[in-house]
Amino acid sequence: MAKASTVRGEKVSKAILTVFFSLFSLVWVAPIFVVLMNSFKLNSFVSLETFKLPTAESFAGFANFIKGMTYGNYPFVKSILFSLLITIVSTALILFGTSMAAWYIARVGSRFSRIVYYLCVFSMVVPFQMVMFTLSRTADALHLNTPYTIPVVYLGFGAGLAIFMFVGFVKGLPLEIEEAAAIDGCGPIRTFFGVVLPMLKPTMISVGVLEIMWIWNDYLLPYLVLDVNKYKTIPIHIQYLKGSYGKVDMGATMALIMLSIVPVIVFYLLCQKHIIKGVAAGAVKG
Amino acid sequence: MKKKRDYTAFNSNLIRRPIKRCVWLFLLPTFAAFCIGFLYPFAKGLFLSFCKYITTRNWQWVGIDNYIKAIKDPSFLHAFWYTALFAIVSLIFINLLAFMIAYALTQGIKGSNLFRTVFFMPNLIGGIVLGYIWSLIFDGILTKFGTSLLLETKYGFWGLIILMCWQQVGYMMIIYIAGLQSVPESLHEAAKIDGASKWQTLIHVTLPNMMPSITICTFLTLTNSFKLFDQNLALTDGRPFQMVNGQTIKTTEMLALNIVNSFNENLTNRGVGQAKAVIFFVLVAAIGLIQLRATRSKEVQQ
Repeated sequence: MAKASTVRGEKVSKAILTVFFSLFSLVWVAPIFVVLMNSFKLNSFVSLETFKLPTAESFAGFANFIKGMTYGNYPFVKSILFSLLITIVSTALILFGTSMAAWYIARVGSRFSRIVYYLCVFSMVVPFQMVMFTLSRTADALHLNTPYTIPVVYLGFGAGLAIFMFVGFVKGLPLEIEEAAAIDGCGPIRTFFGVVLPMLKPTMISVGVLEIMWIWNDYLLPYLVLDVNKYKTIPIHIQYLKGSYGKVDMGATMALIMLSIVPVIVFYLLCQKHIIKGVAAGAVKG
Repeated sequence: MKKKRDYTAFNSNLIRRPIKRCVWLFLLPTFAAFCIGFLYPFAKGLFLSFCKYITTRNWQWVGIDNYIKAIKDPSFLHAFWYTALFAIVSLIFINLLAFMIAYALTQGIKGSNLFRTVFFMPNLIGGIVLGYIWSLIFDGILTKFGTSLLLETKYGFWGLIILMCWQQVGYMMIIYIAGLQSVPESLHEAAKIDGASKWQTLIHVTLPNMMPSITICTFLTLTNSFKLFDQNLALTDGRPFQMVNGQTIKTTEMLALNIVNSFNENLTNRGVGQAKAVIFFVLVAAIGLIQLRATRSKEVQQ
């Protein structure tokens, strides 16, 4: 009898927990809902009735979104495209560049490669503020200050963590497979792309997720490196809207914030499993 | 966990030599980018912290003068103490909340996967956007009381704490869940048979067995708070300002923002900003080193 009642008690407490967490989850997503609500309101109502649903009086339809597209004298579509370009190219470059370098470091083990490895580990603890000024000047001098060339800067500054994670993984791979490939007459290039690269896939996904999340949201590095009058990314665009002048069109700003959150949420829902796994792997190692 | 092996002993020449010949393809391009993006700026930055300069080409050696100016700068000191306080408070809140959520979600309740997804979601939103989302909400509440986020330091402080909790609890929760799941079920059963209550099991069995995750999360929150920049800039940008002995103190300005601002504001000598950056780097690196030792010693114990 006693046992049956504790089982029932546990069931009840679990049900209470579920209800509690359902409510808690709603509170958790509420901020995004507030932004969504306000992106459909007329500018003057945003700061007065922040938490009210749009009424017939305050409803603005899609006017905020249309206005937002050109608000701040810079087309928002351009910022989205530059953000996409920089994120995709930089991530691809980092994945290929660092996995190749990591394979070399793990398999050759010469003094030079060991020094490179320790420098990479060292770079992981260096905050961006330490290098930012000299880095932006170096990038200027080498013409790395456009969205087409900034991936090189990302590869350089982001190499540390990626190489560290790849080296850790490659060291755990059995050497026999690569030896077999070598005996069968594969050169190092074919061995890497045909044999090693497919085996690196899990780490590729983890590193890729971490880099995408970093680069897409990065503000200070592109702000300092790029010529921001010509090229803006989404974070730069939004900071510029709100930061630069007194009278801000809150409705249009909320519309743009909503537009910049939507792709992130879609990306998250599509590859949630990989993202959570990648983040956990990166945290445990970094 | 992966086994640690000695590189050279385990790599045969069959593989080693051909790869070594391809160093120009495998290692050098990335290493060149690494030099441009990290090594050279780091070395030059370290050097310039001992110089008076405006542009990187036009410098004048002044020794440790910049460092003395940096540590005597009241705004820098204020930013340091403010950051330290923020780091400790956010560490406690984020970790407690994340652990409680992780613990509850591993009790086998319905919908725990969905809840996990929801709690982690804010992590993907960038700092600048996060700052503006929350400044809308805080100002929406505070205008009802006739005040604003930018008028009082305590609003800025607690606002940033709430923002960081919202962003980071999900992340830490994921690590805690992994830690909780790695505690062997047999230990729980043994505790149950010995008559331990749920609370006793948590304190004496679960917690000691997840020390690695606790160390990771503590240090992650600590370094994240120290390096915090975007959220600080977007939420308050240092406001409200205060005049102390004829100098403006941005009361909610944290270390990283203070450094960036001193590059922009001190146009006669950027060396002071660079010296601050070096001090900042030493601080962050020290936290990282302590973490490394802490995780190492925990590994030995197990």
